[in-house]
Amino acid sequence: MVRPLLGLLSLLAFANHARAEPLRPYRIVKGEIPASLSGKPGDAAKGRAIVVDRQTGLCLLCHSGPFPEARQQGDLAPSLAGAGSRSSVGRLRLKIVDSRALNPATIMPSYYRTQGLAQVAKAWEGKPVLTAQQIEDVVAFLATLKTP
Amino acid sequence: MKRALVIAALGFSLAAGLAVAASDPRRSGFDFMSRETQAMQKDDFSNPGMLWVQDGADLFKARTGTSGKACADCHAEPSMKGVAARYPAFNAKTSRPIDLQGRINQCRLDRQGAPELPLEGHDLLALTAYVAQQSRGLPVSPATDPRLEPFRRQGEALYKKKLGQLNFSCADCHDANAGRRLAGAPIPEAHPTGYPLYRLEWQALGSLQKRMRGCMSGVRAEPYGYGAPEFVAIELYLMSRASGMPMETPGVRP
Ligand code: HEC
Ligand code: HEC
Ligand code: HEC
Repeated sequence: MVRPLLGLLSLLAFANHARAEPLRPYRIVKGEIPASLSGKPGDAAKGRAIVVDRQTGLCLLCHSGPFPEARQQGDLAPSLAGAGSRSSVGRLRLKIVDSRALNPATIMPSYYRTQGLAQVAKAWEGKPVLTAQQIEDVVAFLATLKTP
Repeated sequence: MKRALVIAALGFSLAAGLAVAASDPRRSGFDFMSRETQAMQKDDFSNPGMLWVQDGADLFKARTGTSGKACADCHAEPSMKGVAARYPAFNAKTSRPIDLQGRINQCRLDRQGAPELPLEGHDLLALTAYVAQQSRGLPVSPATDPRLEPFRRQGEALYKKKLGQLNFSCADCHDANAGRRLAGAPIPEAHPTGYPLYRLEWQALGSLQKRMRGCMSGVRAEPYGYGAPEFVAIELYLMSRASGMPMETPGVRP
């Protein structure tokens, strides 16, 4: 069913039919993804664990933030402290899903994308960096990072 | 101590200083290391790479193959000086660039009548380290053969191509973000001056290709195979980019 979205700058990214994990479609509206990718709310505690895990979230390869237990943090990107005050939830979601939609020149990986990539290692072929629910968890956690 | 004697006998002199001219903005990976790791590289008695160099010196003298000849029978002692600093070179036989490991294997096959040594195996790394160590302190002087130019350009294009699930080019890290920290580790400028080198993380000597494969896996890309033409092209580009910088083989890296 097609619903016309009058007056909205919208873009539809359709599920890709990669073998491994078909991506769910999402809609970008005015620089945000307003709806949950998984259809469910995120779990901020799980999201924090993903952010600090160097193999899963990879965030601290580039970012620093209020994570006293993570001794090795990156300085390729701004601190995540206060990220939840700087951006709406929908914008945070788009930032993680496809940061290049907001800044085409960014080095931040698009976490929910499987196409337009070259020479992806076999183990990751057709898979996004994070699943839809993991992204919701990360977004829920980022939203708690308010500037004091 | 045996090792000390051997090193003294070979007459190794310490690299006269690794710094390029003060006005040169380029920095070797050496400059990004801790003082302890720098000291380990600079002192031949603590540089673990020297063990491979010594094995390479022995292999260089060993007779092998149907020719019954050793490398040393055809190549007198100082003849390898400066060779590593200008590889990869143009190989007339294949009309392609060939890197130092490939060149050594070519002599094995054609001149010694011995089978090629496996890439990244101990013996080939040792021979390569022995040959390349003789260029230590000399400036990288890329071969000027114009037939190399298209391959150098291919290497540059590959260096700038985004790869893998994380969608990074080599340049994204080593040009745009060199000196910044990826997690804890400073991102060096990817100069190939120390190879083969001893990496503490590997606990072993490894080639430039091994290092590049590591970077490719890091961005979740399928790495090129050892000896792949793509790697030789990137090596060619990296050497031209490092032109004039001093060779350091055997380097030490974290
Ligand atoms: C490869 C480096 C890299 C990785 C990995 C990375 N980012 Fe980023 N991120 C950046 C850069 C660089 C920026 C700065 C803005 C830009 O380039 O778009 C940024 C910007 C952001 C912003 C917006 C800036 C702000 O704080 O207001 C957020 C939020 C963010 N990243 C969250 C994350 C999270 C969460 C992860 C892990 C799931 C992550 N990033 C992984 C490089 C990275
Ligand atoms: C995500 C960032 C990143 C990307 C992309 C990347 N590298 Fe690296 N590279 C590094 C880091 C970090 C190191 C240092 C590792 C260490 O010391 O632990 C390194 C080290 C190196 C070195 C060793 C330099 C020395 O002093 O010995 C070379 C050479 C190199 N990379 C080449 C490449 C090439 C070629 C590519 C592209 C195929 C590439 N890298 C892609 C981050 C990256
Ligand atoms: C039978 C004589 C012979 C033997 C044995 C031999 N080589 Fe060679 N090598 C040559 C000759 C002749 C050349 C130069 C001409 C050519 O083949 O291109 C050469 C070239 C080289 C080069 C390139 C030098 C340059 O300036 O570009 C290297 C490196 C090399 N040999 C290493 C070795 C090593 C290491 C061994 C032992 C594994 C070895 N060679 C064994 C005869 C020999």
